[in-house]
Amino acid sequence: MTNLLDVEHLKQYFPIRTGFAKTTPLKAVDDISFSIRHGETLGLVGESGCGKTTVGRSVLRLYEPTDGKVYFEGTEITRSNIKSMRRQMQMVFQDPYSSLNPRMTVEDIIGEPLDVHRMYSNSKERREKILNLMELVGLNAEHATRYAHEFSGGQRQRIGIARALAVNPKFIVCDEPVSALDVSIQAQVINMFEELQDKLGVAYLFIAHDLLVVRHISNRIAVMYLGHMVELADSDELMDHPIHPYTESLLSAVPIPDPETARHKQRIVLEGDVPSPLNMPTGCPFRTRCRYATAKCAEEMPDFTDRGNGHFVACHVK
Amino acid sequence: MENNSVPKKRPFSLQLDLSKFEPATEEEKRQQDVMSKSTTFFRDGMRRLLKNPLAVASLIVLLLVIATIVIAPMIVPYGYEEILSVNGRRDKGAKNLTPFEYSTAEKKYIAQGNSRFPHIFGTDEQCRDYFIRVVYGARVSLFVGFFASIIVLIIGMLIGSISGYVGGRVDLIIMRIVDIIYSLPDMLMVILLSVVLKEVLTFKTGSVLASLGTNMISMFIVFGALYWVGMCRLIRGQILSIRENDYVLAAKSIGAGSARIIRKHILPNCLSVIIISTALQIPSAIFTESYLSFIGLGVSAPMPSLGSLANAARQGLQSYPYKLIFPAAAICLIVLSLNLLGDGMRDAFDPKLRR
Repeated sequence: MTNLLDVEHLKQYFPIRTGFAKTTPLKAVDDISFSIRHGETLGLVGESGCGKTTVGRSVLRLYEPTDGKVYFEGTEITRSNIKSMRRQMQMVFQDPYSSLNPRMTVEDIIGEPLDVHRMYSNSKERREKILNLMELVGLNAEHATRYAHEFSGGQRQRIGIARALAVNPKFIVCDEPVSALDVSIQAQVINMFEELQDKLGVAYLFIAHDLLVVRHISNRIAVMYLGHMVELADSDELMDHPIHPYTESLLSAVPIPDPETARHKQRIVLEGDVPSPLNMPTGCPFRTRCRYATAKCAEEMPDFTDRGNGHFVACHVK
Repeated sequence: MENNSVPKKRPFSLQLDLSKFEPATEEEKRQQDVMSKSTTFFRDGMRRLLKNPLAVASLIVLLLVIATIVIAPMIVPYGYEEILSVNGRRDKGAKNLTPFEYSTAEKKYIAQGNSRFPHIFGTDEQCRDYFIRVVYGARVSLFVGFFASIIVLIIGMLIGSISGYVGGRVDLIIMRIVDIIYSLPDMLMVILLSVVLKEVLTFKTGSVLASLGTNMISMFIVFGALYWVGMCRLIRGQILSIRENDYVLAAKSIGAGSARIIRKHILPNCLSVIIISTALQIPSAIFTESYLSFIGLGVSAPMPSLGSLANAARQGLQSYPYKLIFPAAAICLIVLSLNLLGDGMRDAFDPKLRR
């Protein structure tokens, strides 16, 4: 197997109490398959609550998946080997304020993965490794003894990234790592992600809802809607020739920095609300808001098929 | 420079006079880079605490009280159960003396050129020095308050953190037990338990437990059995909210085990709440102890406690009001300063009140 990560039919349901002694599964992620190559960035986009974060966490086994398999370099990730797998797969969190323990110094935060996996022989080596990591993400050595609350959002996110890099992972899930930052800082952090990829060859699953950011950093982009993956393609291909109607409408909402072209652009406005994931529509999940919906869409779930050049789409009509 | 200084047209114009500005030197620019000195959580909290005048005042009062309790028995030559005697003979006249008064026998003794330590708070009806009795009473009260809150803390923390971290059915059962204990009438249970325990508990003479006294032990048991529920709920709630933080998830994604997560991430973050509520538990324990001693269920006879002293003073209240005033004032002073200190600690250490 050449892929770094293969996700097959991943399902993540959460039991929700809907009445006395009655639970309904909330299908946060329903039957998703994708793969990530070595050193590649896969962007994952979709609106709030569509299950992007859940995909990232289920892949890392922070949630126990309801069904489906995740292979890392060909080996299936199970409960028993997850601890060693954590040295290969790490995560960067969305909120740089709550993802760092306020009672720990930067040195201890970055050093924690090293402690957990016993990756040093003496305290001098530990300190050296930590200082190297801090330099890698652009922090000064004098920051090591400080607490997280003494830093700005961008610096905190750098600490979080250094923590993820501490174990030399091959794969990092970036869960909206820039959406809590200022726009000017976003650019810095994103460029840093790219530089680190060039230097260390890590692969990213880059979760975001800013399409321009995702296009900038990703090799391929996957679009999710209500726990399903609706389209997956190379980023330029997806941006220029979207097939799925949901992707079309998403792309039409991206602001264009040129007023002349923007004036002639046609905005596709979706009607209605996102259905509740507790009460999913039959067949295609998007059919309730789709302009092209036919009778077939209500009856069966469209397959996720290759339309050539690795452009996968789940739609009956298009 | 000349053309930069534009004359202002209007008095309230916001137009800047550039000649008043000068470029920053290299050194001044570098000053901006230096961050303020790093402080630890504890040091930061102490700095806040020491800025609060009320908390500092109560801290000083408390230290004075503790110093008195420790030092006074070394200086004052009387024991708390010692019946006063002069020259080896029992001094029958030394009954119910007012503060700083000497009995006739003592006056005679002083007239012979000897010195006699004054009875600062007078004496009681059994010719015992009242000051030393109040000091010992305060000692007992503080001792009980301190250890009772530690017992409450240990039980509450253990059960609360199990309940919060394990969750699910365990949590459900523990919380129902807590609810049941909560719904029992506090004081009634305390009285019933201490009556029963007083009868049931017997210790070998000479053992450590016996020297503490049956009543003291039963008081600890009462506190341990009844008052852990508040602490338990508090810690459970804290752990539930801290568990949801991203940094706990981050620790999980790193591969840290439950023990490490509790030790490194959860407990340090609820430490401030634990310290504060323990500090506020001490005065309430002292209060309960005084109350129990007042109604005669506290520490046993010769050993004084502030509550039992107050109770004994009731009989001669008309003639000797100061005998009630001294222990009552001591209770007030200790409880008030502990409460104020606890409040100050909450303001200083509670991260939610910051920012």
